[in-house]
Amino acid sequence: MTTTQDPYAGSRETTEGRVYTVTGGDWDATLGADPHENERLVVNMGPQHPSTHGVLRLVLDLEGETVTKARVVIGYLHTGIEKNTEYRNWVQGTTFVTRMDYLAPLYNEAGYCMAVEKLLGIEVPQRAQTIRLLVMEINRIASHLVGLATGGMELGALTAMTNGFREREMCLDLLEEITGLRMNHAYIRPGGLAQDLPEGAVEHIREFLEVMPKRVADFHRMLTGQPIWQRRLKDVGYLDVTGCLALGVTGPILRSAGLPWDMRKVEPYLGYETYDFEVPTADTCDAWGRYLVRMAEVNESLKLIGQALDRLEPGPVMVEDRKIAWPAQLALGPDGMGNSHEHVAHIMGQSMEALIHHFKLVTEGFRVPAGQVYVPIESPRGELGYHVVSDGSTRPWRVHVRDPSFVNLQATAAMSEGGMIADVIAAIASIDPVMGGVDR
Amino acid sequence: MSTDGGSNVVPGREEAGYDDATAPSGGFRKGAFGVSGSGDTSGFGGLVRVEPGGAVALHSTERPYGGWFDEVTDALIDAVGEATFAAAVQRVLVDRGEITYFVAREHLLTLVQALRDDEALRFELLSSVSGVDYLDSGGPAVGPGRPRLHAVYHLTSMTYRRRIRLEVAVTAEDPHVPSVTGTYPTADWHERETFDMFGIVFDGHPGLTRILMPDDWDGHPQRKDYPLGGIPVEYHDATIPPPDTRRAYR
Repeated sequence: MTTTQDPYAGSRETTEGRVYTVTGGDWDATLGADPHENERLVVNMGPQHPSTHGVLRLVLDLEGETVTKARVVIGYLHTGIEKNTEYRNWVQGTTFVTRMDYLAPLYNEAGYCMAVEKLLGIEVPQRAQTIRLLVMEINRIASHLVGLATGGMELGALTAMTNGFREREMCLDLLEEITGLRMNHAYIRPGGLAQDLPEGAVEHIREFLEVMPKRVADFHRMLTGQPIWQRRLKDVGYLDVTGCLALGVTGPILRSAGLPWDMRKVEPYLGYETYDFEVPTADTCDAWGRYLVRMAEVNESLKLIGQALDRLEPGPVMVEDRKIAWPAQLALGPDGMGNSHEHVAHIMGQSMEALIHHFKLVTEGFRVPAGQVYVPIESPRGELGYHVVSDGSTRPWRVHVRDPSFVNLQATAAMSEGGMIADVIAAIASIDPVMGGVDR
Repeated sequence: MSTDGGSNVVPGREEAGYDDATAPSGGFRKGAFGVSGSGDTSGFGGLVRVEPGGAVALHSTERPYGGWFDEVTDALIDAVGEATFAAAVQRVLVDRGEITYFVAREHLLTLVQALRDDEALRFELLSSVSGVDYLDSGGPAVGPGRPRLHAVYHLTSMTYRRRIRLEVAVTAEDPHVPSVTGTYPTADWHERETFDMFGIVFDGHPGLTRILMPDDWDGHPQRKDYPLGGIPVEYHDATIPPPDTRRAYR
């Protein structure tokens, strides 16, 4: 028999054995009353929570409704994509990276392909560059609309959600028409594009350009002047330029702090320097500024899409080098998209060399000269960087993705500590993290 | 260079003036399809090629580097002093328009502090920290103490719109690198991820715990000797092995 006092339950010996008395209500007696600490409450939020913008877990220390400490726990969506790319050839890598930041798949593809192209030392044809820019800007609009829609939903503005997803559907319809898929397109390939724009796509994009500015204006009418929306966002999630730089934050958050840092302007790629567009900024450093910056960026993207359409010249969408370009010409058959009938007839019936060439490129893939590169592009969330290492073989040695959501999410504590618990939601919504990109 | 090496000297290397310490790695590649010890009758299996480069180039670029690379290097020498620079920077590599400084870990913090604060350098933003495992990546014959784990830092100067790369190499037996979180707070999560995936220990990090993998996970998944995993898939009576055990081209 032991005489140790159990702090949680009193007990006494009886003839039938030890009997415990569990009373509860002895918290102060157990831990000691601390007049300053007794309001402290640790709340776990997520990972399955409708307002954390994905499978994000927050551990919040609260005193009343004030957040004294916010810790962010990630990794719930870790899929090992970076490791997986090391076991596939260079072309297959596209289908993996497109699944990371699933709201900006074309940016993942473009960043990856531009890194591979830099390693190869090749330049993609002009038409492919223009179409890349075009689809990426459509994707930027779609991504910002989801950011607005889910952010609105998390704050209780459900019409923002339904309208945002409705408008995003127009973008996805366009992307589906162009690439064949709504998301995870694998459309941008090393050396160019999987296929050219289909017939009618240009007209449909022009119709979208007609409609979308009105919809943006509707958003402003619905939300921008609305007092509740303003009071939920203004002075919430404050982070100034110093804080942004220390925490490595880029994208709309940095621009909402007043620094016009946009990779499309400061390190132009795909010919962005020849387009006429502005980098919207705000000087409020808060969630309100980020909302305004994103809405303004939608307008700038519309301008860019219109200019890209005007510049489209007929031409190839894949490099001429047959040792890199995918050998099969795609065509729409009765059973869907696949190798064109002419190509199959050619390799199966006419040219043994063409068959060997097709087989070698598809199974083995091309080799990429050894070395390493870092290619940054401006995704809807900030600097998306691809650090790609090759050992000269048919597979990447290492693909590291500097995902902007991953880095920006570090700012959660700085944005929300000292504020109210309800504002944590607004702050995270204004970061607009995509957990697929954060965890990869 | 002596030619006493006899038969193991690869033709072509001597003429280029390489010796094993400075030669670009990459070494030998056997067989067009990466096949060895099989009944490959195509003839390609016996092919032996010497490939320049390799995953980790071991040579150094000579001055002048071209462009602003010299300006940044001179500014860095001015900022930290010639002696420190010589001790800190083991070699400099300019490749594909990017400059890489290979840094001794003892001097990493001195260097990043100068890179961030010096007026002529102003690398305000640490874009990325990542790890690379160069296990068996080719190259000259190396002993067990080869520094296979590399921590790679991408620094951005917003003032001058320049990017540089720092690389610190450590062995798997002693994988310690000082943490740069004191200079760049953004390195917090980057270093945690690199620790999680490669087992590089960043000394001085405020809370170096796993970030993507569960807390009780064994091993560091992105090391090259860590298997990809996966299970065989059955389809139409055939079994397809997991990706890392399939026959593959290298």
